[in-house]
Amino acid sequence: MADKTTNSLLYLSGVSVSFDGFRALNSLSFVVEPGELRAIIGPNGAGKTTMMDIITGKTRPDSGDVFFDGGKIDLTKKDEAEIAQLGIGRKFQKPTVFESHTVWDNLELALNKPRGVFSTLFYRLTPKDRERIDNILETVRLTARKDDLAANLSHGQKQWLEIGMLLAQEPKLLLVDEPVAGMTDAETAETAILLREIAKTRSVVVVEHDMGFIRDLGVKVTCLAEGSVLAEGSIDFVSSDPKVIENYLGR
Amino acid sequence: MITAFLFRSLDGKVLAGVAILIALAILVPVLSLATGPDSALHMPTYLVALFGKYLTYAMLALALDLVWGFCGILSLGHGAFFALGGYAMGMYLMRQIGPRGTYGDPILPDFMVFLNWKELPWFWHGFDMFWFAALMVLVAPGLLAFVFGWFAFRSRVNGVYLSIITQAMTYALLLAFFRNDMGFGGNNGLTDFKDILGFNIQADGTRAALFSLSALFLAGSLLLVSGIVRSKYGKVLVGIRDAESRTRFLGYRVENMKLFAFVVSAMMAGVAGALYVPQVGIINPGEFSPANSIEVVIWTAVGGRATLIGPIIGAVLVNGGKTVFTGLFPDAWLFALGGLFVAVTLFLPKGIVGTVAQFVTRRRQNKAAAKADTINGNPQAAE
Repeated sequence: MADKTTNSLLYLSGVSVSFDGFRALNSLSFVVEPGELRAIIGPNGAGKTTMMDIITGKTRPDSGDVFFDGGKIDLTKKDEAEIAQLGIGRKFQKPTVFESHTVWDNLELALNKPRGVFSTLFYRLTPKDRERIDNILETVRLTARKDDLAANLSHGQKQWLEIGMLLAQEPKLLLVDEPVAGMTDAETAETAILLREIAKTRSVVVVEHDMGFIRDLGVKVTCLAEGSVLAEGSIDFVSSDPKVIENYLGR
Repeated sequence: MITAFLFRSLDGKVLAGVAILIALAILVPVLSLATGPDSALHMPTYLVALFGKYLTYAMLALALDLVWGFCGILSLGHGAFFALGGYAMGMYLMRQIGPRGTYGDPILPDFMVFLNWKELPWFWHGFDMFWFAALMVLVAPGLLAFVFGWFAFRSRVNGVYLSIITQAMTYALLLAFFRNDMGFGGNNGLTDFKDILGFNIQADGTRAALFSLSALFLAGSLLLVSGIVRSKYGKVLVGIRDAESRTRFLGYRVENMKLFAFVVSAMMAGVAGALYVPQVGIINPGEFSPANSIEVVIWTAVGGRATLIGPIIGAVLVNGGKTVFTGLFPDAWLFALGGLFVAVTLFLPKGIVGTVAQFVTRRRQNKAAAKADTINGNPQAAE
């Protein structure tokens, strides 16, 4: 295997998948380095969400390689729970939190602890876990609402809670699908700061449509279209690429 | 570890429920046995058995609530686990009859002699020992739930599809147990029981003891379910109910989580069935009928699913209603039951207990808000 595999955190090569004849991913290749923050843009149907489905084990590719952690782990042979335990966290497009649990319980469930039936049945919160949850509450600015049901949070707060849950999981790689959809401008700016802070200690891949937000992040951008990579580089480089303008920005 | 688990299971409502059940377990035998038939407080034996039956139904509803209310698995076949537990107990009671049966065979139950069988089938061995039968009360429903759940949850069968196959499961068992050559008494089932652990099953004292046991087992189940749903595991169950894929992407094995709850619930239903059979004196394939399992769902919905006390109240109220109603208008009961289910779904989606709890919380919040307002001198309630 090439050097690229062994140095990368996430390595996708020649990944293709079709649904009922529709080619959602077409020989997609994509590499994320350890500690990298990467933005992904692209028109609807470009395969952004399908790519996340492949990485997190929800969908199996028809062909191609998906390796994690320097090529040591073949993700195509694992299921969702195993992949999550390996250290890949995922935030959905629509905020998905446990609505009938409190904010605190949501984080407690996400905490990186043994996930078995009996270890959860007899689990007791340690002072260290408490401290960890308190820290995360502070990071995602939800300390004041920790005893409220997640259902009563605003849309933006739910997005942050979900990001907080991912942090509690202590993943090596975070996949974040449209984190600022439906957020106010102020919330969007705060989210950019939050994600940059998170990316200091782990790799983050963000899928987003909001070009202003991507510019705020100021990181390497990958543009997908029709299931493969169209262009990759800085935001200025990508947004001046004629193919990108034709396929995405110009539309 | 275990003590922490039990300690967590106790809160005001559960404690009150357990206390009431223990009080009933003491009081009812006293009212039944220590008072004469002329006393105003006397409780006739038929009532003791009737209420004992309600308690076993309540336990069945609580078992269903664990998987339906707290984990979103709408089982329409929980009657099957109840019936299997009942059959295990019934087989023990059959073996206890011994040579006192109509045909006087010391080993073979009457229906086997009638069918001209010469030997006891292999699966009837061991049921002359109470401990073995008691073990089977847990193992038979537990094993069925394990095998069924293993395949269903692993293949990610969810929602209405799961409900349909649970219904098919109990229907298949109904048909199987109707057959004489299954060896469980066919259409007639198992009946004519004489004694249990050496006590005459018809005696007032035995009836009272069975009632007390039902109350105590129900109290125990309440503690167990409460401990389960208050643990982190219970929170994961609720998480699966509300957002299954989120739970999976957090790294929980949803199928194992569901399987454990399903097996525990099936065993609880089996114990309920085993307590039910000696009190009603018969177990037949009718207990597997799909309509029975659906009734359990109605009890739970009426009382309030995802509450701990709700299913108990629902089971006792609906069955009490059934007893009264079928006495007055025997033909109208099914219409009343159907109407009740529609009414509860439309007007009390959280059931009786859920609605009351909601009302109480809202009042408390209003009061707290009013108090805060007067303190702050702020007439507008701040959100």
